[in-house]
Amino acid sequence: MITVKKLVKRFGLKTVLRGVDFEVQPGEFVALLGPNGAGKTTFLRILASLSRPSLGDVKIAGYKLPHEAAQVRARLGVVSHLPLLYGDLTAEENLRFYARMYNIPNIELRVTEVLEMVGLEARRRDLVRTFSRGMQQRLAIGRAVLHDPDVVLFDEPYTGLDQDASAMLDDLLKTVAAKGRTVVMTSHDLARAEDLATRFDILSRGVISASASRKELKKTNLLAFYKQALVG
Amino acid sequence: MDKATEIRSAAGDRVLHKGNFLKAVWAVVWKDLQAEFRSRELFSAMLVFSLLIILIFNFALELDVKTRQSVTAGVLWATFAFAGTLGLNRSMAIEKDRGCLDGLLLAPVDRSAIYFGKVISNLAFMLIVELIVLPVYSVLYSVNLFQPGLLLVILLGSIGYVGVGTLLSTMSVQTRTRDILLPILLFPVVIPVLLAAVKASSGFLANADWEEIILPLNLLIAYDVIFIALAFMVFDSVVEE
Repeated sequence: MITVKKLVKRFGLKTVLRGVDFEVQPGEFVALLGPNGAGKTTFLRILASLSRPSLGDVKIAGYKLPHEAAQVRARLGVVSHLPLLYGDLTAEENLRFYARMYNIPNIELRVTEVLEMVGLEARRRDLVRTFSRGMQQRLAIGRAVLHDPDVVLFDEPYTGLDQDASAMLDDLLKTVAAKGRTVVMTSHDLARAEDLATRFDILSRGVISASASRKELKKTNLLAFYKQALVG
Repeated sequence: MDKATEIRSAAGDRVLHKGNFLKAVWAVVWKDLQAEFRSRELFSAMLVFSLLIILIFNFALELDVKTRQSVTAGVLWATFAFAGTLGLNRSMAIEKDRGCLDGLLLAPVDRSAIYFGKVISNLAFMLIVELIVLPVYSVLYSVNLFQPGLLLVILLGSIGYVGVGTLLSTMSVQTRTRDILLPILLFPVVIPVLLAAVKASSGFLANADWEEIILPLNLLIAYDVIFIALAFMVFDSVVEE
């Protein structure tokens, strides 16, 4: 579903990604872990076609970036630590707006479905700026899956959430992944990543320094694997 | 490929093949109008600022009726330009602050649809402010500004100003010094529009010959066409990192 070969990203003289090779099979849930400044967000922004690679090949669902970016975007949902929602619009107005941008048929029906999925049906007519951070993040997930994408990218989705909101987000992430979607999530929270993902990749110093599936990790724990990958 | 994946792939194809450019433009315009109708953040800032400028000019320039007529076009366009900058900055800051610009850029539409949507909504805000400022100015300066020719100049000048301003505000909003950067980038580029607009406005206000007015009017039309076409071509590169 996602194939990345020798990806390099430079910002002026600074090289953030130094030849990343990354492959995700359809239906996989990959946790992309790494320290601050490792390039996780930059990598995800390239996958989301929000940033251009300096060198290398990126293919999603058979479409090449950046040349076939519109095709990729039609099959992609993105959730970041920012909600990507308008505070002065209600929950349903936000979803309706994005539904129009994605040319979704039966907008009202789909908006209601998504609001029910994220548990915000009762607050559909409330302004998003009155929502708690957790509610905004749930609505952000609703926005990301509104067009039923094949691939969903989560960039630090737990940032700023309290315990209850994080637990609620866990269930929602499982629901999103359970529908056969391919998921890539960056996170600092190893416990949550261990609970959700089927594969763990460590991005360190601009390259994928280690990768292991859930099966392979049975012999050791994720923290030990992570620490070893950073040292190695 | 399972059924769910097939349905999703079909959805992706539909998004791309139906040509939803105009739908996306309208969606952006409607969203901006709806949000602004609720907050009145941008509109009220532009309006109060415009009224303050014409009041300051009114008290600063204690002019006789004849001289007032000669400075009208300059004062009017200075007011529109300053208030316009305020509106353009705010309009893009709203997109940037909650990451909404990324949300727009993630939509599978030609990104110029986002540009045109923002231009239309920014133009609508600017024209509404101008429509309120004009009668106030007419009363304060005892000048009749409701002339079809002058209104046409205001429309053409505003299109050029907002067309370039929307593109440049998209660039400046990505920087830390966005509030300062926009006027520094914008004013040198819109000098031709402001000069032509002032010249054409003065011509209409002084009932000048058509030969005197036609040149700045043509310049305004040419500027609008060239710069909006240019913005249409480069917008995709401007918004991408």
